[in-house]
Amino acid sequence: MTSPVQTEDASSSTAPGAPDVSKDGTQEAKTLAGLSPGQLMWRRFKRDRTGVVSAVIVIFFFAVALLAPVIKMLYGKDPYTLYGQDSLDLLDEFNMPTGTFGGMSADHWFGIEPNLGRDVFMQLIYGMRTSIYTALAATVLIVIVGVLIGLVGGYFGGRIDYWLGRLTDFLLGFPSQLFFIASMPVVVAAFVRPDEETPTALRAGAIVAVLSFLGWMGLARLIRAATLSLREREFVEAAKIAGASPWRIIRKELLPNLVTPILVQATLQLPSTILSVAFLSYVGVGFVEPTPDWGRMFAIGADIYEQDPAYMIFPGVAMVIFVVAFNLLGDSVRDAFDPKSGR
Amino acid sequence: MLQFLIRRAFGAVLTLFLISAVTFFMFFAIPQDPALLACGKNCTPDALAVIHQNLGLDKPVPVQFWDFMVGVFAGRDFAVGHCDAPCFGVSFATQQNVWDTILDRFPLTLSLSIGGLIVFLIVGLGAGMIAAAKKGTATDKVFSSASLVLSSLQIYFLGPVVLGLFVYSTGWLDKPKWVPISESVSGWFMGLLIPWLVISVIFTANYTRMSRSTMIEQLQEEHVRAARAKGMSRSYVFFRYAWRGSLIPIVTILGMDLGALFGGAIVTEFTFGLPGIGRLAVQSVQDKDLPLTMGVMVFSAAFILLFNVIVDATYALIDPRVRLS
Repeated sequence: MTSPVQTEDASSSTAPGAPDVSKDGTQEAKTLAGLSPGQLMWRRFKRDRTGVVSAVIVIFFFAVALLAPVIKMLYGKDPYTLYGQDSLDLLDEFNMPTGTFGGMSADHWFGIEPNLGRDVFMQLIYGMRTSIYTALAATVLIVIVGVLIGLVGGYFGGRIDYWLGRLTDFLLGFPSQLFFIASMPVVVAAFVRPDEETPTALRAGAIVAVLSFLGWMGLARLIRAATLSLREREFVEAAKIAGASPWRIIRKELLPNLVTPILVQATLQLPSTILSVAFLSYVGVGFVEPTPDWGRMFAIGADIYEQDPAYMIFPGVAMVIFVVAFNLLGDSVRDAFDPKSGR
Repeated sequence: MLQFLIRRAFGAVLTLFLISAVTFFMFFAIPQDPALLACGKNCTPDALAVIHQNLGLDKPVPVQFWDFMVGVFAGRDFAVGHCDAPCFGVSFATQQNVWDTILDRFPLTLSLSIGGLIVFLIVGLGAGMIAAAKKGTATDKVFSSASLVLSSLQIYFLGPVVLGLFVYSTGWLDKPKWVPISESVSGWFMGLLIPWLVISVIFTANYTRMSRSTMIEQLQEEHVRAARAKGMSRSYVFFRYAWRGSLIPIVTILGMDLGALFGGAIVTEFTFGLPGIGRLAVQSVQDKDLPLTMGVMVFSAAFILLFNVIVDATYALIDPRVRLS
């Protein structure tokens, strides 16, 4: 039960000529030769207990998000039904859950949502699914744009680099959270007339677009700096002399050497993107009812915290665990790739 | 030094102009009448015509932008009356002057950001320095792991929990509220105490981590060890040599965090129901109130840039190399 994501990405950095040695690396301990950087990274990562534990936690969260429909089937509830309205003994006369700790019971593991009376467990799991999927899409887009702009700027240099650098600086000066808030309705309005309902997929698309528009700059800077130093190395010059096209050099010479910073940055980017998605829904411009969403659970929870503090505990603790695990994982991935960086 | 500041200020003004332009043209880049967006779902042709006239939408977009910029510097006339020099237009929803509305709301957000900044700098750098001085001891480990967990907390989760602990169940503190500092200094302070603590927790942790690692790095530098070796006192070397050096990367990160701090202030406003600029922004966006959104964006961007220039100046004060380059 370790990270398949990492194995895959790590092995893509394997030098083309390296033999396909066994993944666990136990046999290789005897012979000194024949380990690719990816395999070295994997061996270092496996020794890092914190890293492995946090990887397991992160994978658990992803699995829950991915398997939400299966969990729904086994659990027998869904995130939309207003259970509190259907059976009268779940909510009291103030529309607060009856019973201890937010109405926790064998039927409703994490209790009942106040007012509407939905199942908190299902809301949380589907909410995580919404947030994680959206954030994953945004992160992928951020990484692609950041790497592309960083690579082009760093490799071609000159005027292109200058203007891309100015663009990066300019976007970094944007008050990003305010811009998220201000541009969400505009982006949505670009596709939907005011008198129509906005489909959830389009809302997700708008969130991804807005977040990635202001998200790629940090990565682009990093990739540019790394490309600048790689560009001067002998193997790139050799490829250039051999007549390779810029595209081939970027693809075959530069990108394999940039896998490390890209992977590390992507691991650090994802939790912060999830938090940005949650932020948007929390202030009311992200996902709207009835789409279950992690961030909106906090908005609901904050409203009724005085009466029903238990509601907020589950999404809150889940998010803290998720972010802590992800940050630790990011640190471990970096250490595994670059043991010199230290902590 | 002066030349450095002028250059930075010029860059900031240029960026601000570009931000205004992007925000302005963004609304017009959409194949849809912005007045329709402002008019809402029950739009009558009359209301539409009024909005058209107010925004000057009958003119070409670049001319409108020019009018807007002229308004900012020289004032403009609207159907509801004249609008004085820094004129960001008139709100669609309330017909009030945008500039006045922003000035009314901004002190809260500013108090939140600056108060939070002061708290997290003192606590964060202090804790980091203590951890670095006691590297490897139990104190260091407690500080380091606490900072990891604290930095993963969210304002919208921590805020209600703190409220529950200190307000609802124990009654030790009052519910946060906004009292202008001109009315009552103690009321202002007590009203914002919880929001300051909550907003600073998230940032404190990062600065503890950073300050710890840069201090440890600095303490191993040759010049620091040389100073110790020639007999200077431990505390003098710690503060005058190592600490000063450790500030440089921290100030760099601080400059990048200002936008996030501002965003944090917005979330804090929401969490505690305080009437700041973040609520204004969301409200204006939900009302489709274009001039107000525009005003909030430009005004906040101006403030973030101003702070950036201040941070740059501090940077130049700490590190002589910056002044010379």
